[in-house]
Amino acid sequence: MQLRWFNPWAKALAALCLVGTPAIADVLPDDRADVLYHNYDGGGITIQGPSVLVRKKVGDSLSFSASYYEDLISSASIDVKLSASPYHETRKQEGFSVDYLHGKTIYTAGYIHSREPDYSSNTAYYSISQSMFGDLTTVTFGFRRGWDDVFRDVKVNGVIQNDPTFQRQADHRGYTLSVSQILTRNAILDLNFEAITDQGYLQSPYRKIRYFDPTVPGKQFTLADQIYPGTRTSTAASADLKYYLPFRAAVTGLYRFYNDTWGITGHTVELDYTQPYRHFIFDGSIRYYRQNNANFYSDLFPRADYSNFEARDRELAAFHSISLGFGAAYEFHVPYARWINKSSLNFHFNHLMIDYSDFRNALLAGDGVYTAGTEPLYKLNANIYQVFVSIWF
Amino acid sequence: MSIRSELNLRASRFGDARKSCTKCMGIKIIMGLLILGTLAGCSPIQPWVKPYEREHFADPIMSFNRDPVSGTYIDHVYESREGSRGATGGVGGGCGCN
Repeated sequence: MQLRWFNPWAKALAALCLVGTPAIADVLPDDRADVLYHNYDGGGITIQGPSVLVRKKVGDSLSFSASYYEDLISSASIDVKLSASPYHETRKQEGFSVDYLHGKTIYTAGYIHSREPDYSSNTAYYSISQSMFGDLTTVTFGFRRGWDDVFRDVKVNGVIQNDPTFQRQADHRGYTLSVSQILTRNAILDLNFEAITDQGYLQSPYRKIRYFDPTVPGKQFTLADQIYPGTRTSTAASADLKYYLPFRAAVTGLYRFYNDTWGITGHTVELDYTQPYRHFIFDGSIRYYRQNNANFYSDLFPRADYSNFEARDRELAAFHSISLGFGAAYEFHVPYARWINKSSLNFHFNHLMIDYSDFRNALLAGDGVYTAGTEPLYKLNANIYQVFVSIWF
Repeated sequence: MSIRSELNLRASRFGDARKSCTKCMGIKIIMGLLILGTLAGCSPIQPWVKPYEREHFADPIMSFNRDPVSGTYIDHVYESREGSRGATGGVGGGCGCN
């Protein structure tokens, strides 16, 4: 049987984060097209693929957008090595949305479908943005609903297929409230609040916990299935302040607070700087994040069936991370294409460093030096590249 | 009662009345401000940043989501690896298989 690694709840959540906050509510998004290639390399995982977005206005009141995204995943991560075997798979996602402008209000509705061999996700969303107080303030309410089907792959006679005895569902709902406020002629503030509820099968059918077992020579641990709660509710609030500097540059500061019913509290702080120079726009960023672990998380449980809920997903562990980013955009003119107003070639690079506080490198247990619970803490370093072309028409 | 004593008493009463009157004035000022504030709430708020003073917000570098595809992707990368989610303010999408 081939076991795969994935993260079902994060899948649904990322798909749920769809409702954006337009800075100005009474203006439809620009007509543009973006073609992006992304590459993630770190922790034994390589993910790459294309992403495409096209937006087009029809008349003065309607704007349509369509998107396509693809992940080509090759994984031999620490989780896969511990309890499964390396795998390759492809995930594809299509999205469609429409914006309708009426007075100072924009109504947005959209739909996204994502599929891969052992996971299928559907999400519908809508939002209402209202501009007020002389267009200094924009308030946005959003709601979304997601339906996921979770499968488990098994290898039968050398062929990987869905386990016919395993199919689970998960249901997600998200509520957003955003306020975009122009403070001065140089400063704008975004405030965001979001509540998300999940219900159903919220765990990975592949990942395992481990518990202390002195009868196992060397390693002294045994693997067992994870048991997640069937519900989760989270709230997050963020403040994002952007300031225009006198010499045509911008600095942005962000703070986000997060809390959920699984006991995770997270803090995110980010600082960005943007500097145009002739036909270029340069970006630099530093992002710090930290969280404590979930109530039912443990790197090594004392014994089998220790508690009602048990998890060892890294995403639920305590850790802090730092991400350094750099970006450059070059604006150029496309000859013989008058319908293109503007175009740019972009390159973004991020280096992500994660230091776990209670997730150990269990692969080292039993090597003669370490036993269960004494292994060094795990660290993850990843490089993330993006290259994309944007045109406005 | 001597004339001096009577004058002192009147002065004392006048002082009390003056203190009391000062309190009244304070209350009246507060009430006045409240009424003015209430009346001001009935009139439209005047934008303190005039439309012609907002040229900086038309500059792409002041957009919170200048590159929506890139922003969606990097949010996706973080959400796939962290317990936190939501309130990113930007357009997201995708799933966290990474």
